[in-house]
Amino acid sequence: MQNTNLVLLTLASPLLAFLLLGIFGSSSNWLKKGAGIIGTLLMAVSFFFASQLSLAYFLNQTPNHTQQILFSYTWLQFGSGLSIDMGALLDATSAMMLLVVTFISLMVHVFSLGYMHNDERFASYYAYLGLFTFSMLGLVISANIFQIYMFWELVGVSSFLLIGYYFNKQSAVAAAKKAFIVTRFADLGFLIGILTLGYYGESFDFLTLIGRLSDVQSPQFAAIGVASFAGISALTWGLLLVFMGGAGKSAMFPLHIWLPDAMEGPTPVSALIHAATMVVAGVFLVARLFPIFAIAAPHTLDIIAYIGIFSALFAALIACTQTDIKRVLAYSTMSQIGFMMFALGVSGYGAENGAGFSASLFHLFTHAFFKSLLFLGAGAIIHYVHSNEMEDMGGLRKHMPITHISFLIACLAISGIPPFAGFFSKEAILHAAYQSNPAIYYMALFTSFLTAFYMFRLYFSIFWSTQKAAQDNAHGEGTWSMKIPLILLAIASVLFGFIPFSEYVSTDGKPIATHLDVLFSIAPVTLGVLGILLAKQLYQKASVKPQKIALALGSAYGFVKNKFYIDEVYQYITKKMLFAWVARPAAWIDKNIIDGFYLLLAQLTQFSSVYIKGIQSGKVQAYAMYFFAGILSLASLLFYVLK
Amino acid sequence: MGLELLFTLKHELLISLSIFLLLFIFVGSNHTKGATIIHIVNALLLISVFFFLFEPKQSFVFNQMFESNGLIQFQKSILSLGLLLISALSFQWLKHHKNVIEFYLLLLSSLLGMFFMISAANMLFFYLGLELATIPLAAAANFDLEKRKSGEAAMKLIYSSAFSSALLLLGISFVYGLTGSLNFTEISEKIPVNALSQFAFILVFSGFAFKMSVVPFHLWTADVYEGAPVPVTAFLSVVSKAAISFVFVQVLFKVFIHLELSYTISLAVVSICTMLLGNLFAMRQENIKRFLAFSSIAQVGYILIALMGSHEVAQSAIIYFLLVYVFSNLAAFGVIGIISNSLGKENISDYKGFYQQNKFLSWALAIALFSLAGVPPTAGFFGKFFLILAAASKGYYLLIVIAALNMIISFYYYLRIVRNIFMETSENPMPQVLVQPITKVALIVCLIGMIVLGLYGPVYEYIAAFAKPF
Repeated sequence: MQNTNLVLLTLASPLLAFLLLGIFGSSSNWLKKGAGIIGTLLMAVSFFFASQLSLAYFLNQTPNHTQQILFSYTWLQFGSGLSIDMGALLDATSAMMLLVVTFISLMVHVFSLGYMHNDERFASYYAYLGLFTFSMLGLVISANIFQIYMFWELVGVSSFLLIGYYFNKQSAVAAAKKAFIVTRFADLGFLIGILTLGYYGESFDFLTLIGRLSDVQSPQFAAIGVASFAGISALTWGLLLVFMGGAGKSAMFPLHIWLPDAMEGPTPVSALIHAATMVVAGVFLVARLFPIFAIAAPHTLDIIAYIGIFSALFAALIACTQTDIKRVLAYSTMSQIGFMMFALGVSGYGAENGAGFSASLFHLFTHAFFKSLLFLGAGAIIHYVHSNEMEDMGGLRKHMPITHISFLIACLAISGIPPFAGFFSKEAILHAAYQSNPAIYYMALFTSFLTAFYMFRLYFSIFWSTQKAAQDNAHGEGTWSMKIPLILLAIASVLFGFIPFSEYVSTDGKPIATHLDVLFSIAPVTLGVLGILLAKQLYQKASVKPQKIALALGSAYGFVKNKFYIDEVYQYITKKMLFAWVARPAAWIDKNIIDGFYLLLAQLTQFSSVYIKGIQSGKVQAYAMYFFAGILSLASLLFYVLK
Repeated sequence: MGLELLFTLKHELLISLSIFLLLFIFVGSNHTKGATIIHIVNALLLISVFFFLFEPKQSFVFNQMFESNGLIQFQKSILSLGLLLISALSFQWLKHHKNVIEFYLLLLSSLLGMFFMISAANMLFFYLGLELATIPLAAAANFDLEKRKSGEAAMKLIYSSAFSSALLLLGISFVYGLTGSLNFTEISEKIPVNALSQFAFILVFSGFAFKMSVVPFHLWTADVYEGAPVPVTAFLSVVSKAAISFVFVQVLFKVFIHLELSYTISLAVVSICTMLLGNLFAMRQENIKRFLAFSSIAQVGYILIALMGSHEVAQSAIIYFLLVYVFSNLAAFGVIGIISNSLGKENISDYKGFYQQNKFLSWALAIALFSLAGVPPTAGFFGKFFLILAAASKGYYLLIVIAALNMIISFYYYLRIVRNIFMETSENPMPQVLVQPITKVALIVCLIGMIVLGLYGPVYEYIAAFAKPF
C-alpha cells in the first residue's frame, strides 16, 4: 500500500474512535458498553498501519534514510511563497515516533479496559484517548511548523480533558487548568517564534525553512542574522521562543510546575501522555528543527543543554523526597526528559558529531517503554491498594507477582543497569556529553546515581518493606487486560536496547556505527548499583533510618521536599504582582471606560432607532419621495464635490 | 456553431425548457400531485447547478448582446442553487399549495430574467432581463392569496419597481444620448466625464440601488418582505439580490469605469447610510421576517464597501460573500419558513426555548445566524473578512472602521435570537415540528456550505481565478 494511505489510515482510526464515541457514546447504550473494545480495536488498526509504515521505512535496503513528503495540501495561502500546508513528512524521527505513539497508546487502551472498567463515563474516556492519539500522531508527522502548532494545541486540549477527567474532584480541575495555562503561556512564545522564523525564512514548511536557515549563503539567513532585538539576533530569538514552547510541553525548568499536578488524571493517561508521548513533544520539536539549531545557532544549543541538565538534576533531587508514587514518577519523567534535552544540547551536526542527537532520540524511544511500564505498574498497584501514598504500600511482591517483576525490570532499565534498554540509551547520552562538555557529564553522572536511588526507594517501599493492614483486597492483581500490557512492555524494556539505533536515526540520515565502550560504562553502572544498594539498605525493611537522615539534613531536606518552593514563587508572582498591579487596573478600565463606551453606543443606537422609525411609514408615495430625494442629494453632492 | 450556441445558452435553455414543461404538460392536468412536480423541477435545477462545470468559455451571441464566460456561468449556477434550496426548504408549504405550478412558473421566469440580466452586454438587454426578473416576483409576492398583507406587498413592489424602472430608463436614455450606443464596451469607451454623464450615472445607480435595497431606496423592502410568503421573501432577499449584485459589479467596473471618482463617492455615502440604517432598524424588529429583511439591508452595505476596492479583489470577494450568503440566509429563511408554515409564529419572542423541542432546527438556525453575524469559523466570517480586505486594497480605512462598528451592532441582534433559542426557557415552547426529509437535506447542505466554505480554501481560489483586469 502507498505510504500516504498508510499515514492517513493511521491517523483516521483514532479520529474515528473519537468521533464515534464522542458524539454517540453518551446516547447509545450499546456504544457505551462496547466503547473500550471499539476504541482498542481502532487503536490496534492504527498501530498495525503505523508499524507497517515505519518498518518498511527502516528496513528498506538503502542505508541512508531520506526525508519524504508523503503529501502536501495548501490550506491557506498568504501572498506568494508563504502558505500553511497540511502534509506528512516521513523521516527517521517521525517514523520512530509513529511506532512509539501507536504502540504505547495501544497498550494504554488495553490496560484501561480493566482499569477504567466501572467508570461511568467510559465512552468519553476512550473518546478523549482517541482524540489525544490522533493529535499526537498529527503532531509527529507534521510537515509544516504551523501544522505542528495546531496539533500541538490539540494535544494540549486533549491533555486538559484527560487531566480533568474526574471533573467533580476539585484538585483535578485545578490541575487541568494549571497544566493548560502554563503550557499555553509557553505556547505563546512558540507562536511568536514560529512567526519570527516564518517571517524571515519566508516559509512555514519544515524542509524549506531548514534548508534556508541552515544555509549560510541564503538571503533569508542573512536577513534573519542581521535583524535583531535587544541585542540578540532574530534567529536566536526565534529558536529560543520555539524552544520555550517545547520546554513548556516537556516540563523543563521553570515551566515544569504543571507536570506533577497533572498526575490527578487517571493513571493510564499519565502513562500515555505525561510519561511517554506528549511530554517528549518538546524534544521532538527541537529534533525537528535541529539542523537550524546546530548549524546556524550553536549557542542556543548551549542554553538548551544547561536547562536540560539543570532540570534533570533538580527533578531527581525532588523525586528523592516525594511520597506519592505517581509524583515520584512524574519528577523522574522530568529528569529523564532533561537527559534527552541536554543530549540534544551537546550534539553537533553531521556524522559522528551528531551522536548526541541520536542518543537523545534513542533515550526518548526506550524511555517511552519503561516509563509507561512504570506508570501502568503504578496504576495496577493503585488499583490494588486504593492509595497513591507509599506509606499505604509494602510487601506487595507476593500479591502482585507480574506487576512486581515488570516493575523491577523497568526500575533496572531506568537506572541504567545492563542489559536493560535504559542502559544503552543512557550510555550513549553520557558518552556524547563526555566528549563535548565534561561539566555536564559529571552532573549527569550524579543525576543517574540519584535516579537509581529514588527508583529503588520506590521499588523497595512498594514491594518489600512490611505489609500494611489495609490491603487485604479481594479482587487480586487485576484482569488479564491489565497484565498483558505490563508483560509486553517489560519485554520491550529488556530487548529494545539492543537495537542499533544510531544506524537508523541520525542528524543527516547517514547511519553512525554504534559502539559500546566497556571501560566507559564502568563509572555509570557502578554508581547505579551503589544507588540501588543504598536504597536497599534504607528501604528494604521498614526502619527509622530514612527519617533520621531527613532530620539530619534539616531545613535542606524540607526545602527539597517542598519542591524548592517554585510553586510558591509562581503564586507570589501571579497573585501579589500580576493580579494586583496589572489585572485589577485592567479590570477597572474594562468595567468603567470600555463598558461605558459601549453603553453609550447602545443608548445612542436605541435612541436614534426610535427617532428614525417614522421614515418607515408604509405609504408608497412617501417611499417614492425618499427615492427622489436620494437621487437629488447624491447628484448635488457629486456636483458640489466634483464641480 | 449550433453546438456552441447550445453550450453558451445551456442555463437559459434548461430553465426555458422547465417553464414549457410546466406550461404544456402540467397546467390543466389535475392528476399530477404537487410533490411530483416539485421533484421534477428540483432535479432540473440540480442539473443547472452543475452546469458551470462544462465549457466555461468566453463567447458572445445575439449580435454582441449576450455574453457568457466561466464566471457568468458560475454565477448562474449560484442562482440556480439558491432557487433549488428555496424549493427544497419550502417543500411542506408547496406540497399542499393548490397553485404550485404557477409558483414555479413565476420563480423560474424570474430566474430566467436574472440569467439574461447577468449575461447582458447591452443596456437594453439588461433592462429586458431586469423586468423579466422583477414582474413575476410581484405576482409571486401575492401568493398567500387569502392574506391582505400579501396583496399589499405585491402592489407596493410593482408600484415601486415601476417607479425605479422609469428612472433607470431615463438614465439609460441619457447614456445613449451621450454615447450613441447601448453596448457596454462602447459606452465605456465613449462616455465623457461631465455633469450630464454623472447625472445619468446616478439614475442608473438608483435603479440598482433600488433592487439591492440600498438606503434611501430601500423602503419597499420591509413591507414586501413581511407581506410575501416566506419562500418568496427568501427569493427576493437572496437570489434576486445576489443576481443584481453580480450585474452591478460588471456595470460599475465595465461601463462606468471612467466615472470611478463619482461612483466611489456615491458608494461611500450610501454604504454608510445603508449599514447604519439597516442595523438600527433591524435592532427594533419583533417580526423575524422583517428582522431578516433589515439585517440583509445591512449586509448589502458591506458589499458596497468592497465595491470601492480594487476591481479584481472586489469582484472575487463579493462573489464569495454572496455564495456564503446564499447558504446562510437561506438556512435562516428555511427554518423560519417551516415554523411560520406549520405554527404560524413569526415573532422573535416566540423563539424562546425553541431548543427544548426542536434540536436540529435550533442548531441550523443558530449556525445560520452565526454565519450571518460573521462569527468564525463559519464561512460568514471569511466572507466579511474578504469584503473588508477588498476595501483595504484601496485604503478606505475609515469606512472599514464604520463597517466593523456596524458588525458589532449586528452581533447584538443576531445573537439575541440565539440567546432566545438556547438560553431562555419558556412555559410553553414551540412544539416539535416535523421536518420533511428533503428539507432536512437542504438544511444540511446549507450547514455544510457554511462550514466547509470557510475552512476549504480552494473555493475562494476558484472564484479568484476568474478575476481578470477590467
